[in-house]
Amino acid sequence: MRTTVVLTLTSFAAAMVVGTVVAAFRVSPVPPLRAAGAVWVQMLRNTPLTVLLLLFVFGFTKIGLQYSFEVSSVIVFGAYTSAFVAETVRSGINAVARGQAEAARAVGLTFPQILGIVVLPQAFRTVVAPLGNIFIALTKNTSIAAIISVLELTEVADRLNNATARPIPVFLGAAVAYLVLTLPSGFAFGWLERKVAIRR
Amino acid sequence: MPEQPLVVLAGVNKWFGDLHVLRDIDLSVERGEVVVVIGPSGSGKSTLCRAINRLEPVQEGTITIDGVPLPEEGKELARLRADVGMVFQSFNLFAHKTVLDNVTLGPRKVRKRSKADAEALGMQLLERVGIANKARAYPAELSGGQQQRVAIARALAMEPKVLLFDEPTSALDPEMIKEVLDVMLELAREDGTTMVVVTHEMGFAKSAARRVVFMDEGRIVEIAPPDRFFSHPESERARDFLSKILAH
Ligand SMILES: Nc1ncnc2c1ncn2[C@@H]1O[C@H](COP(=O)(O)OP(=O)(O)O)[C@@H](O)[C@H]1O
Ligand SMILES: [Mg+2]
Repeated sequence: MRTTVVLTLTSFAAAMVVGTVVAAFRVSPVPPLRAAGAVWVQMLRNTPLTVLLLLFVFGFTKIGLQYSFEVSSVIVFGAYTSAFVAETVRSGINAVARGQAEAARAVGLTFPQILGIVVLPQAFRTVVAPLGNIFIALTKNTSIAAIISVLELTEVADRLNNATARPIPVFLGAAVAYLVLTLPSGFAFGWLERKVAIRR
Repeated sequence: MPEQPLVVLAGVNKWFGDLHVLRDIDLSVERGEVVVVIGPSGSGKSTLCRAINRLEPVQEGTITIDGVPLPEEGKELARLRADVGMVFQSFNLFAHKTVLDNVTLGPRKVRKRSKADAEALGMQLLERVGIANKARAYPAELSGGQQQRVAIARALAMEPKVLLFDEPTSALDPEMIKEVLDVMLELAREDGTTMVVVTHEMGFAKSAARRVVFMDEGRIVEIAPPDRFFSHPESERARDFLSKILAH
């Protein structure tokens, strides 16, 4: 359970950072950046996570990229999730009234300042709920690390089952353990959403 | 040598796709002058304002502010834009920031003033537009008239060379129009602020403007002092337009 929590939190942190940068690329005035952002999102969003993980762990070692299975999992989960974060943040950016960025331009702020000071803070507030969904999906997706024997919740349950041959209590227990993680996350994001809502 | 005008548009043409929205615009605004721009909806008044601080690029012609031609998009343009204040019809206050933060953002991030310094300036300006008691409020807690006065303070905080107003009172309830016009009148009369104001408020034009610019279909059709323009417009189109807005 601890491994699952650590995997989820580190991957989510990475995904938020990378996803936000990619979203910024996608709305930037520089066409090559926009294209790079789009490629990143479409490649990662449209490939199965399992395939990405196997490709990274077994494929990329061939070209010299070798990390522990845990670190590899964080990289792959983070990158995969960043595509969804990027799309969500971008939708948040688009939901921020046009006039906001315009007023910021008129004041003389530069593009990075406009994004960082005016647009993103408002964009994040509108996408707390979808980011919560992404977080919950990620929590569950970390179970895929079991295929490369990372000792997270699902792998632990699998081994326990192999040892005890009692699949019903073991996997039911695993399911409950995921619920123990995801339900409070859902509530936490709901609370955050209400707390940061902008009055209009 | 006579002082050069503060804002000079020469041979400006702009298209949105096939739509020719600004046609051969030549216009100079002197230091301390107030110019009112008037014309039917869709005649290009907003686009003219937006072109002056380069929120919209133009395809032909030059626009110079204080002798400096507007550069391409980028850091330098951002700096120049800071010298041109803009007040929008829909206020566009930063929704997630307090009134005071709205006003101090530019001075701090663009002019690199210290927080204390910017806040002192901000409070002074809020005082001037009569809204200092709302410094800690958020935009959504203010009436439209109050928001627009904050927007004016925000523009003034950059100590701009020229202020552009794009229909600053047309989104306001009638009872709030006066409070905003009063602030603008004071800027014009007492501070000698250079202003380009798109408005159909004739009272304001008459008491503040040196010249009225009448636009139609992307062209400047007529430029005249307000008294003459409103009593004896030269062009047929201006007469036609005035009869329509005077009808109600
Ligand atoms: N971003 C835009 N894209 C395409 N057409 C536009 C855009 N902005 C304005 N226009 C068109 O340009 C013309 C002039 O608009 P505008 O400058 O807003 O006029 P006004 O402020 O005098 O009502 C109108 O026909 C309008 O529909
Ligand atoms: Mg307009």
